Amino acid sequence: MRNIYADNSATTKIAPEVLEKMLPYFTEVYGNPSSLYSVGGKAKEALETARENIARNLGAKSASEIYFTSGGSESDNWAVKGVAHALKASGKKHIVTSKFEHHAILHTCAALEKEGFEVTYLDVYEDGLVRVQDVENAIREDTALVTIMYANNEIGTIQPISEIGAVCKKKGVLFHTDAVQAAGYVRINVVEENIDLLSMTAHKIHGPKGCGLLYVRRGVKIQNLIDGGAQERNRRAGTENVAGVVGLDVALQLAIDTMEQRNEKLTKMRDRLIDGLLKIERSRINGDRVRRLPCNVNMCFEGIEGESLLLRLDLKGVQASSGSACTSGSLDPSHVLLSIGLPHEIAHGSMRLSFSDENTEEDIDYILEIVPDIVSYLRSMSPLWEAIKKKEAQEQANA
Amino acid sequence: MAYSEKVMDHFANPRNVGEIENADGIGEVGNSKCGDIMKMYITVENNIIVDVKFKTFGCGAAIATSSMATEMIKGKSIDDALKLTNKAVMEALDGLPPVKVHCSVLAEQAIKAAISDYYTKQGIDPEPIVGNIPECDHCH
Repeated sequence: MRNIYADNSATTKIAPEVLEKMLPYFTEVYGNPSSLYSVGGKAKEALETARENIARNLGAKSASEIYFTSGGSESDNWAVKGVAHALKASGKKHIVTSKFEHHAILHTCAALEKEGFEVTYLDVYEDGLVRVQDVENAIREDTALVTIMYANNEIGTIQPISEIGAVCKKKGVLFHTDAVQAAGYVRINVVEENIDLLSMTAHKIHGPKGCGLLYVRRGVKIQNLIDGGAQERNRRAGTENVAGVVGLDVALQLAIDTMEQRNEKLTKMRDRLIDGLLKIERSRINGDRVRRLPCNVNMCFEGIEGESLLLRLDLKGVQASSGSACTSGSLDPSHVLLSIGLPHEIAHGSMRLSFSDENTEEDIDYILEIVPDIVSYLRSMSPLWEAIKKKEAQEQANA
Repeated sequence: MAYSEKVMDHFANPRNVGEIENADGIGEVGNSKCGDIMKMYITVENNIIVDVKFKTFGCGAAIATSSMATEMIKGKSIDDALKLTNKAVMEALDGLPPVKVHCSVLAEQAIKAAISDYYTKQGIDPEPIVGNIPECDHCH
């Protein structure tokens, strides 16, 4: 049986080149970068080299604007809470975000609401895209921060980030973007796109888990999230994850170097898969077909429930998810799919396939071969499908 | 969240899937909004459930509990079938993740709904025998 990993938006396999570059920092250059002796000094050197490379790769003006964190969730928490708390004293108590952000943003905003902050959650429409005009309209005198994700983690839609950045700059409001899913697939330039803060993580781009970064443009006021030692220029305490940072740097470099070719290949695979799966009756692609990550396919099949579909895919050797891995313990349908206007019963029947360079056209052939059978089997035992077909027949008879 | 081998077995090879034409009782519980619908069909002869079939829209646990519940009542008397609890279904499946317990409740209710329908069709008020079938907590 084939074994196809198609959940790269959940996490990726570490690239051999990345692992190889990381290994010496576990066993040889294991010193604490804050120490004075040479093994510490070498670790510090590695850390700063990585910081410079990453700053360059994100288009940042200075390496000192890159702060290493434990990953996307910490970076998101820090950006939103840090800016909100720093600007509170100046009377800014409003945040603008969208309805389909990752929970690292949404739950952080909810926590701030309990503290008295006000949050505007923008609609994302059927195409899964935030409207720049909506952002502009939502900005108030007391808006502290606009936070809109670069690309959505479930449906892969790519947001008009540079346009939103321009609006924020015009209005004099700080702009944060969660680029966890977008990094490595789109060219990011924080200066050109007017991004003040940006979250990123290594493990979505074939780097290690547990290491990410927050870009904070020089001059942005932000409170610390983690207090303690003087690491990261007194902004983020904790002994640095040197091997992780090295891995993050190598992974980002690799993703940027291979971006063009990989995106071309993945886009072709993605579009063929979408076209093939849309032949299944009462199926739909979620989110804009063009303005989406080349690795992302997110479909709904009416009359069936997503988990059953995924378990059956797994029995056939395909690992996928129904949406975000972070919410698979929840019974509610995806907040992302509800935000683009899907009714509950359709949102329950979702499937997200997310690919990497390791996937092949043969994988797509195999998925196209097995999904229609699984869908029709599950529909054959679904009373909901029975009701849909009955209604359809009635409508035809009436017409 | 991981399912037991028994759950996966009943999910991968569900028993008693389908419909019964001219069934003596049909029960449907759950709703599409909350993501689970179970429909159960029974044939009754001399107070014995001689045949039972189900159709389910729902997650792996919903399908597995439907399958197990039908196995547990097939060939049993109506009285015995009414005594089947969601706990017994869960135990027979070697447990369910906490978030999926409601699926076993739904399976118990689907059986009761089918038996209620059977009594109604016989011209017997089901409520004193079957009792009230509460709606699933999770749906509300």
